[in-house]
Formats: sequence, structure tokens, C-alpha cells
Amino acid sequence: MMQRRDIGAVAIQAAVLIVLGAIVWFAASNAAANLTRLGINTGFGFLWRPAGFAISQTLIPYSESSPYLAALTVAALNTVVLAAVSIAVATPIGFAVGLGRRSANGLVRGVSTGYVELLRNVPLLLQLFFWYFALLRPLPPPRQSLTLLGAVALNARGLFLPMPVADEGFGAVLAALVAGILLAGIAARMLARRRERTGDAPPAPPIVLALAIGPALIAALVTGLPMHWDLPHLQGFNYQGGLAVQPELVAMALALSLYSAAYIAEIVRAGLDAVPRGQIEAARALGLRPLTVSGKIVVPQALRVIVPPLGNEYLRLFRNTTLAAAIGYPDLTMVFGGTVLNQTAQAFEVMLILCAVYLAINGGVSALINWYNRRIAVAHR
Amino acid sequence: MTTLETPLQPGIGARASRLLHSCISSPGNIALTLALVLLAAYALPPLLDWTILQGHWSGGPDACAPIDGKQREGACWAFVGSRWTQLVYGPYPDSEHWRVDAVFAMVLAAGIALLSRRVTSKGLIGLLLILVAPPIAGVLLAGGVLGLPEVPVSRWGGLMLTVTLAGAALAGSLPLGLAVALCRRSSLPVIRVLAVGYIEFLRGVPLVPLLFLVMSILPLLLPPGTDLALLPRAIVAFILFNSAGMAEVFRGGLQAIPKGQFEAARSLGLSGAKTMALVILPQAVAIVTPGLLNVAVAIVKETTVILIIGLIDFLNQIQAGLADPKWLLGDQVRDSAYLFAGLVYWAVCFGLSRVSARLELERERRG
Repeated sequence: MMQRRDIGAVAIQAAVLIVLGAIVWFAASNAAANLTRLGINTGFGFLWRPAGFAISQTLIPYSESSPYLAALTVAALNTVVLAAVSIAVATPIGFAVGLGRRSANGLVRGVSTGYVELLRNVPLLLQLFFWYFALLRPLPPPRQSLTLLGAVALNARGLFLPMPVADEGFGAVLAALVAGILLAGIAARMLARRRERTGDAPPAPPIVLALAIGPALIAALVTGLPMHWDLPHLQGFNYQGGLAVQPELVAMALALSLYSAAYIAEIVRAGLDAVPRGQIEAARALGLRPLTVSGKIVVPQALRVIVPPLGNEYLRLFRNTTLAAAIGYPDLTMVFGGTVLNQTAQAFEVMLILCAVYLAINGGVSALINWYNRRIAVAHR
Repeated sequence: MTTLETPLQPGIGARASRLLHSCISSPGNIALTLALVLLAAYALPPLLDWTILQGHWSGGPDACAPIDGKQREGACWAFVGSRWTQLVYGPYPDSEHWRVDAVFAMVLAAGIALLSRRVTSKGLIGLLLILVAPPIAGVLLAGGVLGLPEVPVSRWGGLMLTVTLAGAALAGSLPLGLAVALCRRSSLPVIRVLAVGYIEFLRGVPLVPLLFLVMSILPLLLPPGTDLALLPRAIVAFILFNSAGMAEVFRGGLQAIPKGQFEAARSLGLSGAKTMALVILPQAVAIVTPGLLNVAVAIVKETTVILIIGLIDFLNQIQAGLADPKWLLGDQVRDSAYLFAGLVYWAVCFGLSRVSARLELERERRG
């Protein structure tokens, strides 16, 4: 016999589902009426039709006659590149500022605190406008570029970097590198097992490092360094060759990485604070050198606290790439949620795809973070 | 007689000498200090000179215009001064500005009351601010009733729009977030799953795509012929987006309440709803206030995003002013305008985050 409370619970849940269903039905019938009234197509067939618009940054071959599906891929790649570059720049800055906030030097502490409090409390979009409209756009034309060592040039058209180009024989070096890393992995495991069993083993880092890059180094020397740099050079009215980065990407990456660095700094600071002072004092009392104290005592314990929120900060940075629409960097949201939506008017399909891509990347990365967290979590004794 | 009653607080002199010592305690530190001092000596005097000494403080575009074809040095604060009305009220009709001022005064008074240590009935003020203030502000700003001339939403702009949007997002997402957080802890599986799905979806989709989603989909879901202006749609998107963040904050607060509190309340004979309202929530709200303030800071910063869909908030009003041909006088106008905008946002966000940090610290001390 069912208890009275159970019947109540089922009734409440059924009622919620019925109300929700009614709302969905009402919205769906409105949507159907609206779509017929406005003459909007349905279905995902548009993905295979030619897109008919150009994209200012394409990492894979793309032209106006490419299908919408190709435009989606190009835009998604642009988002991923922007996020990857920003994360790579934000992390070291964030760690430096975070360490600075716990520096022995009072002046360094002050400057680091100032950085965090300034960058965290100004809207990211305003910072983006500052970098883009106030700093990059007024730069001189290519002929009066700011240059560094003749290899890097910055002007109103963007940033021009040297690009590594693989020559014949580069494949062999790459193969040697992969083999070396595999070898190093096996060696690291063997050494760790031996240390666990006997308490004594040769120092792992130099051996593993030598095994990892040694073969590639030898292969490179044997094949005669099969790589050269393609330097950007002024030709006519603009720079040719090298790696050209459009100003929108430079501004986005600058704004995102400096903004996120402030949050990463706070995460690093909290991680350092989480290591009890007694640990450091005990390590010193044992006679460990300062470098060993940081490397073996503080950093491993701090990293356990730092990594989970750091992963979340990376995800936040990834979500913030969507501000690109404000200055016209062709990211996923701008190209797909903007241009493609305007051209096809198929709001349901376009938005479904757009949200699905963000949710998939977001979910994939958070699953990765959770997996890593479980791995490094301390077993409670 | 020696007493140890007062803890030894280092005086200013002692603190300064400690700071000085910390800056020159080792060769590495001396080098760092020197580098920073040199950098400051290089950057600060020109910055001070540009912003203050050479700044043009009053007048119209002429104050910053080039003389004899030569660019005028120094910041152009005259831009801010002469466009002040647009920056604050946007295209809101001149004769009705008092209504905006009244709303500003209301927000300011409530804010001061909430932050002051003397005021005790903060719960009541907060409740009033969420339940009563938004409709009053809405009626006051929109008009069309009580003899107030109607001002269409399309004429809302500037700082007034930023405050309206932030206020509406805050007032809407707070109760919604609390409701979702409670649903997430429900013992009924259907309700729990719905709440989890709601939170996961809104935590995964960034604000800008969500804004586009609401912009394009919401009108299609309403009965044909319904016309919804841009601002209400943007407010819906902001409320949805931030309710997920609020829900996560509330969840943390609810989790922090010991199980014994539930059990004690239930064994006293309180019903489930009364346990929540009288025992759990009052404690949880005290715990989550710093977190909620952090969401408020995030909302203030986020409001700038609506310029992507063409609404003219404070920042976009500045952009519009900079695009005015009268003010195309050189980079210094833009630099000054951004510096001013940054100061305004910074003051609000920094202030709120200081309050949040202070509350957090006070709670930690109390244990």
C-alpha cells in the first residue's frame, strides 16, 4: 500500500510535468504559427548549402561557396584558437602576479594587488575596447610599423610574427620526438616503481628529460636542422610572409588573458595560503634548501588547491571569447549566431547547434577537470 | 605595572620601515624594487601631466580641437562634461529627467541602508528592494499611468539603462536562483533533475549566445502579433543567465547548514516549509551574502554586453559620443572617455567587492 506522502510526491511531480508540458505545447504551437506566417524553412538541410559570405580569418580552406557546415567549423576553430592563445598567455601572468601577492617585497605585493583590483573590477568589454580602439587601431600603417629585431612587426593591420616552416626530413624529427616521449614515459614508470620497491633509484628528471628530447635532437642534427623561419617582410603597402595575426585577435587575446590573469592570480594566492606555515617551517627545520622547500613541499600541496578553480577559470575564459562579436572577430557566436542566423532566419536550428557546440566543449573540459581532480585528490586517512 | 591588554599594533613609522626593509632585504629584492621604481618614474609623471596638468576640463569640442592643425596635448575631460546629460539619461526626454533621478535616489538610499552598520532590519529592506522597488521604478520610468507621460523603452539609455538592466537582472535572478537552488535539493526526482538541467544548461552557454538565443527565439514562442521590445528580451536573458549563478551560490549556503538544524526544527514540530523559512534560510542568507554581492559585481560588468544587440547603455553612449563627428579630434578624446568610464565602473565594482570581502571576514571571525 502506498503511503500518503508518496502519493503526494507523485502528484506534485506529475503536476509539474503537466504544467511544463502545457507551456511547451503553447510555445510550440505559437512557434509553428509564427514560422508559417514568416515563411521560415525548417530542418538542417541549410548546413550543406553554400554560405555565400567571407570570413576574415580561416584556419582551414574556406571560400564563399563553401557550405554553412564549413563556416561553422571555421568559426569554431577561431574560437578555440582564441581561447588557447589566451590561456597560454594568461597562465604565466596569473602565476607571476599570484606569487607577487605573497612576495617578501612590499612593493611587489602592492603592485600585484593593484593589478588584480584594477583588472577584476572593470568590465571586460571596456578593457577590450581600450585595447582595440584606443591602442591597436591608432597604430601607424605598415610602413611605420613598430618592429622587434626585424622579426616581429606590429601595425594597424595586425601583428606579424615569424612562422616556423618544416623542410624535408622534418617528419623524421617528429617521429623521433614521439618515440622519445614514449620511451621517457616508460622509463619514468620503471624508475618510480624501482624507487617504491627499493627506496633507491637514479634521479628521474634528467634521465626522463634526456630520453624525451634526445632522439629528436640527434635526428635534427643528422638531417641538418630541417626547419627554417619564414620572416614577415614589408612588400608594397603591407607585410608579406610569416604569420599574420589580425588586430581583432590580438585585442581579444590581450583583453581576455590580462583579465583572466587577475582571477588566476587570486587562485594561485589562495593555493599558496592553503599550505600550512608549519609545513614550510618543518621543511626548513629538516635543513631543506629554499628551492627544495618550494619544489617539494609548497608547490605540490598548493597545486592540489589551485588546479580545480584554475580549470573553471579556463572555462570562464572560454565563455568570455563570445565578446568577440563586439569588435568583429569571427568567432563561433558572431559567425553562426550572427551572420548565419540573419541569412537563414532558422533561429531554432542555428541556436540549437550553437548551444550544443558550447555545451559540448564546456562539458568535455569540465569532465577532464573532474577526472584530474579525482586523480590528484589526497586520500583522506 | 605592565599590562598586555592591548595587542601591539605597529605604528605607521614601524610599518613604513618594515616595508622599506622588505624591499631591500636581498639582492633580488633590491633589483625588483629598482625596476619597479624606475618604471614608475618613467610612466607616472607623463600620466599625471596628461590627465591633470594638461587636461582640458571644461568647454565644448573647441576645448580639445587642434590649434593651427596641431594636435592638442592632454586629456579631454570636456568631452565627459559636455555630454554628461546623454551619458546619464540617454535619449530620455529632458522634461522627465526627474523620474530617473528619483529612481537613482531610491537605489542609492537602499544601497546605503543595506551597507550601513547601524541599520538592523536589513532583511526587510532587501525584501522591499526585490519585491516593491522594481514595480515602482518600472512605473516611474515607463509612465503611461498616474498622469505620467509614457516614455517608450526605446528612449531609455545611458547610465539610466545600465542601472535599470542591472537592477532588473538582480531583482529577478535572486528569487529565481533561490527557487532553483531549493528545487535542486528537493527529494522529488523530477524536480531535482529539472533544476540540475536548468543550471547545467545556463552555466554552459555563455551570455552572448544566450542573449542571441532569447532575442531570436523568444518572439517566436509568443502568440503571433505580440511585440516585445529589445530591452525586456535582454532582461529575460540576463535574469535566466544570472539565476544559475545565484542558484549555485544559494546551494553552497544551504549545504553549509548542519543537518542537525533540519532535524532539530522538524523535531520541534515545524513543517518543511516553516523549517526552510524560519530556520534554514535566515542562516543561509547570512552565509551567501558575500557570494551574492560577487554575482552583483558580475552583473554590473555584464550589462556592457548589451551593446552587442544594439541597446545604448552607459558604455555604448560613450561609444556613440566618440563617433560624433564634432568629437573626432584625436586619440586623446577616446582615451579620456575610456578612462572616465573605467573609473565609474571600477568605483562601483570595487566598492561592492570590498563590502563582500568585509562581510566574509566578519563571518569568519564570528566562526
